[in-house]
Formats: sequence, structure tokens, C-alpha cells
Amino acid sequence: MNIEQKNVSPEHILFEAPRDKAFITGSEAVAEAVKRANIDMSIAYPITPQSESMHLIGDLYAQGYIKDYYRAENEFAVMAAVHGASLGGGRVFTATSGPGTLRAAEMFPVWAGSRQPIVCGFMCRGISLPPSIQPENIEMTFLLDSGMLMFHAENAQDFFDMILKGYAIAEKPDVHLPVGVFVDGFFTTHTREIVMLPPEDIRLSPYDPKCSPVPAFDMETPPMRVVRDPLLNKSNFISYAANASWHQEILAAAERSKKYINHYMNGLIEVDNPKAKILIAASGTAVAQSREAIRDLQAEGIDVGLIKVKSIRPFPEKEIQAATENAEIIIVPEFNAGGWLAREIKASLDHNSRVISAPRIFGGMPMPKELIVNEVKHAIKKRA
Amino acid sequence: MSNRIITPVKEFEDLLPQEYKDLVADGPFFAEKGVDDLGTFKEIMEQHPHCAGCGEALGMRLVLAGLPTPQDTLIIGTPGCSFFGLAQTALNYSNTAFGNQNAVASGLKRMLQIRYPDKHKDVVVMVGDGGIADIGLDYTLHSWFRKEKITTIMLDNEVYGNTGGQESGMSKEGKVLNMAPTGKKFPKIPVFELAKTSGCCYVAKVTIASPKKIGKVIRRAILIAREIGPTYVQLFTPCPTNLKFAPDQTLKVAKEAEKDYYPFEEFISDDAAAYLAKVEQAKGDGKS
Repeated sequence: MNIEQKNVSPEHILFEAPRDKAFITGSEAVAEAVKRANIDMSIAYPITPQSESMHLIGDLYAQGYIKDYYRAENEFAVMAAVHGASLGGGRVFTATSGPGTLRAAEMFPVWAGSRQPIVCGFMCRGISLPPSIQPENIEMTFLLDSGMLMFHAENAQDFFDMILKGYAIAEKPDVHLPVGVFVDGFFTTHTREIVMLPPEDIRLSPYDPKCSPVPAFDMETPPMRVVRDPLLNKSNFISYAANASWHQEILAAAERSKKYINHYMNGLIEVDNPKAKILIAASGTAVAQSREAIRDLQAEGIDVGLIKVKSIRPFPEKEIQAATENAEIIIVPEFNAGGWLAREIKASLDHNSRVISAPRIFGGMPMPKELIVNEVKHAIKKRA
Repeated sequence: MSNRIITPVKEFEDLLPQEYKDLVADGPFFAEKGVDDLGTFKEIMEQHPHCAGCGEALGMRLVLAGLPTPQDTLIIGTPGCSFFGLAQTALNYSNTAFGNQNAVASGLKRMLQIRYPDKHKDVVVMVGDGGIADIGLDYTLHSWFRKEKITTIMLDNEVYGNTGGQESGMSKEGKVLNMAPTGKKFPKIPVFELAKTSGCCYVAKVTIASPKKIGKVIRRAILIAREIGPTYVQLFTPCPTNLKFAPDQTLKVAKEAEKDYYPFEEFISDDAAAYLAKVEQAKGDGKS
């Protein structure tokens, strides 16, 4: 390691430490976060657009910031090995994209069920067929009920912060769930922007496995006659009830995480101009495009507000209900064909005919601000 | 783990179940026990819910009795028959997704080396033939290519038992089974040979009809995995329920297999042999 790093609290690194400007890509922002996260082990497998960030994490290993790192044989192997490493009681990081996410999907509910505070980056891209490596976040819809906490970053700054905040939230004894930090690939990973970084001579304090609600898997915790994972599928009512209560506890832990999300992320959502009758609700880079559209609409005298949804799981149902109380039109632009965010919002609201699931962009197309502007104008016309 | 960790304080001792107290007083954790001592100590797997005459249950019992340091042994499995018995052992046992055992074990072993650099934590994969030869073959081979210091044990009953008697890659050619209604069309997958060419430093093939040999190969496999590299033991554990023989014939079936097509075989690399000679000489045994 080139520099001595001092262990500090999440509060210090996130809120108190001075920050300096860096002009970096989203992939570099991931490495900057991992450098300050005191990771024990990271495991990689290449897929576009995730690869660059995991190369940079390999460099951090070579420089001594991480104690172990290797390239595994595929994404399922990565997520399984990260699970094994986390069982062993240390802090881990990995990342993947699109098809890799789906290939590894059997492991994500295992992480949640094993109550592991794993943080994983998802650099979202298209899923075949037809094949696309381009930005698209359809993979998120497959993970909504995996038990993982899901945060959606708007830009490289969010990506950097949400990884560190992810560890702070995931490792709380009353949470202890995996965190997925999602970005729309390429738009965020492969473009350069200004990111404010705390100094590199500080890092999070090490993970303490004794703060876990389930013992570390290291043969150091009696009694030994324990099954480390949720109960086996024996066919009797007690087993069913125990299994069900384990799942309920995962949902309850996600609910308990809200207070920490509020503390570290300043809320599950962010609202600009909440009094506007027309709102755009978005997550990821669609938020950035919505900001541009709103600037144009305001210039034309059309009053439009913005809801940025940062936490997808737990979903900010009540917060969105409160923020849309007076809204007449809610436009939900998304980078996927399914429109999963609009579905989530519709399911949370009364009078959900107010919610318009458009524009939906996919296949690698960009989302010009004009498309959002047109949707707003179209909705106004239709309403009149 | 030190024995202080499991020893209850006097004040709480009577609150603990008898089973736990027996494990502390007469278990294999801090007094070295082996297959030869079975019947004289409290075993880490005594009860199990397996079928009558289950070869796998006997195989697991013998493997567990052969562990050189059970107090620092962790077992990774995969769903299948083996998880019923293994989930009731007095060891840390985990099975999670299907076929991922050698990937999980790789991550676990490396993390335990980080957290306990001065201690041997023996990470052992113990799963069925389907788990290794079919659904988990790529993860198994890659852990061997990477030279992960783990021991992989196949409980080979030549069939998918828990799901109801389907053909596995380790079933014998021609065998009629569920999903092989006209008989299996290819021979047993040569995992034993693959282990030798894929980086394992010690490979053994044995049946439950030879308990002393099991004790010996398990000990060797684990000791070599600590210092030299990956090791593999393939243990024939026939299944009366799905291979349709009487439950009291299990050992006979295993003995016949040993004669016909499942002979004892052992492969040891030069560096593993040199290491083993050193530790067995230091111990003055070759203890089984």
C-alpha cells in the first residue's frame, strides 16, 4: 500500500472529512470507494460494462489495499465465492452486469437469507435476445424480491457514495442484508464527471463479524450443533412456520434499514418542487435527463417537479404517496422495456391513472430530454 | 477453536442439553479420535433421518470420524440427500445454492486464511455425485485448477437420491433409472481421473466396505490440503432405496463393487508424498 490508512467511522468519511474534486469515470469512482471501504476480499469475472471497475479493484489488491482477489470462472461462481468469503466473517465486494446478474441470480436470495452484508455493484445493461451490451436496467426487475436492498445511482458521485453508505447500512446489526448499488452502464461507468472524494488516507473501520445476527462460519462460536442457514425443507408445520418467520425477518430487516437510509442517504427519495401538479418520478440516469427536461419545461412556463427515487428496496411507498398527494400527472421515464419503476409507483398510489409509464427507452438508445418534454405536454393535452 | 469456547461455565452447565454436555466431555474435539475408536466416544453425527441401510449415512459417519481436527473443520455441501445428516452434525455446515459448493468453499477458505493466518481451518466439501459430477462440475474443476486448499469428498451413490432416483453422471452405463427410461447411454464420468489431471495433489477412491481405509484417506486428504493443494476422495455409498436392493445388503453391494469396478485406488503427487512422509513420521503412525 502506498499510503497508511486510518480507520474511521462511516459518519466521518461520509459527512465530516473534507472532499476534493476529481474528474473521473464511474468505474474509477467504484475503485475510489473500494479503496476507502477496507475490503478483505474481492472476486471478479469480466462482463461489459462492469469489467473496468473490477480491473481497477485488482490494481488495489496488487497495491495492498485488499487482502485477497481473484478472477473466478463465471458470475455464479463469483457470487457463490463471495458468499463463502462473507460466511467466513469478512467484508467483500464484487460487481457484475446484465446477463451476469441473471446467471448469478440463484445466489442473491441466498445472500439475503444468510443475512450477509455483501455490497455488489450492478452496472446495468441489456439482456439478450437480441443481444445488447448497451445501458438498460431491466435486470433490476428480476431482483426486486430477492431480499437485497437496492439503491439506484444517478451519477458517479452517487455511485461512489452509495457503495460506502451501502456498507454502513448493510452492516448494522438490525439490518445485515446485502446491498446492490445499481447504475445504468456506460452512461455512468464510461463517462467522466466531477466527483467529490474524501482523502485516501482514511477508510472504514473493519467489519466486525460479532455484530452479525447470525454467527460467523468459522468454528469459533458455540454451540456448534447449528445449521448456519435457514431451516431445511422438512415436511412439517414447525418447519414451514420457522421458514416463513425467517423470510418475514428479512422483510422486517429491510424495513428497519429505512432509518439508516434516511440518515446516510438523506431519505429514500429526494423531491424538488413538491407543490407542482406535474411530477416526474425517476431513478438512475433517467433522473439526470428529467432535470434537463424540467429546465426546458420551466422555461416554457410549465411547472414540473421531480421525485428522485434512490432506494428501490425498501421501496419508498409512503414517501411517494406523500410527495404525490397533490400531483395530477406523474410521468415515469425509464431505461427498460418493462417499466418496472412505473409499476412499483402505480402499486403504491391511489388514483394511479395519474401515473404515465413513459418514455421507456431500451436497446441502447439514449433518452433525449425532448422525449420527456413531449410526454409531459402530451399528458397535459390529454387531460385538458 | 479452543476447548474453552465449548466448555460451559459451571453455573450454566445443567441448563445445557445432555447431548451438548456429552460432546464436551466425550466428543472428538480435543481428544484425538479416529475410525478405530468408533463406539467409544460421542460422535459429531449420531442421529440422522436417512433411509434404512443408507450407504451415504454410513459414509458420512466414517468420514466425520476420520477428520483430524474436527474442532476446526467446516463443511460445505449442496442440497441433496447428504444435507439431512450433515445439517445435524456438531460442525459448521452450510449448503446454499445448487452445485456451487467448491466456489463457496474457495471464498470461505481464503477468508479464514485472512482471519486466522496462524491456524489451520479445514474446509471440506462433502456432497453427492450429482452435485460434483453434473451441476457442480465446472466449479469443482476450477477450484482444482486454481489450487484451492480444500478437500472435496464425493458421496457416490450413483443416482439422484433425494429427488427420487434419477440418472446422474456417475450412474453406471446401461442402468435404467428415472430420466433414463431405456438405460444410461454413457459410462460413469471419470471424476477420479479428472482430479488427477486438474491439479489435485491427493486423490483416493474407496467404498464404505473399507472403513479403516476411509479413516486413512480422509486424514491424508485433509492434511495434504492444508499445505500442498486440493485433494479429492471418491467414496462409494450405495443407495438401497433407489438402486432397489434390500437395506441389509448395503455393505455386500459395496464389497462386490470393490471387487468388480470400484477398487481402492490412491494417487499422490511427489510434493504431497514428501510432505505426508514428514507428518506421518513425526506422528510415528500412518494412523487410520
